[in-house]
Amino acid sequence: MSSGLAAAPEVELPGLTLERRRAKRKAAWRRRRLVLLLMSPWIVGFSVFFGYPLVTSAYLSFTHYDLLSSPRWIGLSNYRYLLGTDQQIWPAVYNTLWMIVVAVPLQVAFAIGIALMVARARRGVGIFRTIFYLPALAPPVAATLGFVYILNPANGPVNILLKHLGIDGPLWFQSPGWAKPSLVLLGLWGVGNIMIIFLAAVLDVPEHLHESAQLDGAGPLRRFRAVTLPSISPVILFAVVIGVIQGLQYFTQAYVAANIASGQASQSADITSNLGYPEQSTLFYPVLLYQNGFRNFEMGYASSMAMLLLVVALAVTVVILVNSRRWVHYRGTAS
Amino acid sequence: MKRVAAAWFLLVAALSLTACGGSSGKSSKASSAHPVKLTVWAGWSASTHELKVFKGVVAEYDRKHPEVKIKVVGDIVDTKILAAIRSGNVPDVVSSFTSSNVGKYCPTGAWIDLAPYLKKDKISLADFTKTPLYYTQYKGKRCALPLLADTFGLYYNKAMFKAAGITSPPKTMSQLTADAQKLTQKNPDGSLKVVGFDPASGFYDGAPNKVLRFASLFGGHYTDAKGHSILSKDPAWAKSMQWVKNLIDWYGHDKLVRFQAGLGDEFSASNAFEKGKLAMVEDGEWRVAFIDLEHPNLDYGTAPMPVDDSHPELYGSGHVNGTIIGIPKGVPHPAEAWALVKYLTTDTHALAKLSNGLRNVPTTKESLKSPELKPDPHFATFLRIIDNPKSNTAPITTVGSAYQDLIQTFALKYQAGHVSDLHAGLVNLDKQIDAQLKQAETGGAP
Repeated sequence: MSSGLAAAPEVELPGLTLERRRAKRKAAWRRRRLVLLLMSPWIVGFSVFFGYPLVTSAYLSFTHYDLLSSPRWIGLSNYRYLLGTDQQIWPAVYNTLWMIVVAVPLQVAFAIGIALMVARARRGVGIFRTIFYLPALAPPVAATLGFVYILNPANGPVNILLKHLGIDGPLWFQSPGWAKPSLVLLGLWGVGNIMIIFLAAVLDVPEHLHESAQLDGAGPLRRFRAVTLPSISPVILFAVVIGVIQGLQYFTQAYVAANIASGQASQSADITSNLGYPEQSTLFYPVLLYQNGFRNFEMGYASSMAMLLLVVALAVTVVILVNSRRWVHYRGTAS
Repeated sequence: MKRVAAAWFLLVAALSLTACGGSSGKSSKASSAHPVKLTVWAGWSASTHELKVFKGVVAEYDRKHPEVKIKVVGDIVDTKILAAIRSGNVPDVVSSFTSSNVGKYCPTGAWIDLAPYLKKDKISLADFTKTPLYYTQYKGKRCALPLLADTFGLYYNKAMFKAAGITSPPKTMSQLTADAQKLTQKNPDGSLKVVGFDPASGFYDGAPNKVLRFASLFGGHYTDAKGHSILSKDPAWAKSMQWVKNLIDWYGHDKLVRFQAGLGDEFSASNAFEKGKLAMVEDGEWRVAFIDLEHPNLDYGTAPMPVDDSHPELYGSGHVNGTIIGIPKGVPHPAEAWALVKYLTTDTHALAKLSNGLRNVPTTKESLKSPELKPDPHFATFLRIIDNPKSNTAPITTVGSAYQDLIQTFALKYQAGHVSDLHAGLVNLDKQIDAQLKQAETGGAP
């Protein structure tokens, strides 16, 4: 809380009467009330849309709840099934980890790369910036539909082009080995949001640091490593944390890609019977969670999956943040 | 502070109240001056002819009954039904293609028990056909009625049969394999141009999935007397899966996947069978109506699906499934809703008209013989399939279709050649299915 809003330090002055002290306390109380009032939209939103679901979800994770009859307490059974019996969990965990380990570093590197290029452009900076940012504006469902079409193994433009080059293109979204890389490509294409932040950070690197490094005889690579990278390291940290959290929640693209690629999109019934297609290669943790909660009506079990996800997300974030002290440099602080 | 806290509390309370919603079970007195507004939810899609047909039959009822005014909403999936029931803001009549969810709707009371209504109106269950009666109840609790059924059979392209010198549709699986190979054509680069018969799971699939439907053709059963999964013990499962895999391997798995990716949408005029890209296809009876509308000149025939060579007695049977219809908990006008459900599921004229438009199989014994049914040799095959005593359906359980998903996931892996030991895989699959059922029924509690 900022100093202007905090109560003034209470110093016992000998001449201060009881009334004055009381008046002072009243004023502080009024200020606090104002703060609460100003914060109330957030407090309400947070409690109703975050706090309440979180607590409910934690409770439901200990129940058998089919969404249609009232939840029944079953203790740790859901967690036992989750960690001991359910064989779909491990492919889902593997896929999610794969996505985080492969996609996040690639996305960050790709975004930095584009940001550096755009920052160096002499002319048409605005145009380049727009071009590279534009894909981020595409709604995820539409973008995924587009990619499944472009990467159609039979008649998609990419494979037709590859065929002209004499290459038999992969099966992309229809192959368990290529489905996740295809999703990574989709992610790289839509990296504009992070790229813009990196661009701002790159442009913000003090020019004098570059100049003095240059005077010391540092080449472009060395300057990038010694000047640019440390300067933008807080943004890298931000991008990694956001990327990991998004990776843990990866859903929409996988859901759409599996349904379209499996060719079941046109069926109004049972459109989700092919989640994870092909061969569970796109069965990410949230996809499985969705399947359990909303297709199989096992909300108690789905809640236990959600709780585990929350714990893992928190743990991973804490690990990254603690670890980041070694490599993130905040300007103006000694490091 | 108190005031702020109070206001905050009120706001939260108001929000959570709206979220919970209110359900009212009152039935209003209807009159022609103030007709009761009924809403009917259906799975049929507005993008095909099917929703129009259904609306037409409902409109006829609407005209005859001035006391109600009915609105039909299409493209409904079960998640939507679930959300509506939970919010309390329900339509009067719901229908679903996912009959396996009866195992969820009946025991929970999410769809109301229809037994009292049936009793009151003296409707005998014996009037309905056998299999649809099974998948509209769970453990004796009847919360749904069949709204026409689907049976699966073989569609074959007669012109292609003639060109390949095949005189009659295959009756056994080995004949099916031989014909499929004969009918398959390749492009100069080795890729598939026309596929004789595509048995791959997931492709142009339905609910329940092909793995289940094919296993029935080999005489496969799901559970033993105690209700335990026996996919590894009943040899039909391994045999049917092997049959599928052998045919896929003959095409080459990846080649077949590539071929499939280039085909048009199943429920559109670019359907691969209708386009002549598939010489034979296992499909539901509804395809007759689609072909009539989309490719009326297609020279094709229908027959029961071929069966395992060692089970010739199964020939003529097929998989039966269908649309289910019921009344959701918290229905605004139960009496009027029931009257409509009764009409749609028992009135011979309504069923015949629906059947003529959708080319789905009528579900009462009387409507199956109705003179109003437009005769069509293509469609007649499916009327015989539902009459066959060996026709069957997938078990209804409390896990809904979740066990079917497990089987399909395994089958896809096996078909791709990623399962080295089929028997061990099936043993493990049994274990998973049993565990899943236990978890769903008891929450896994010991």
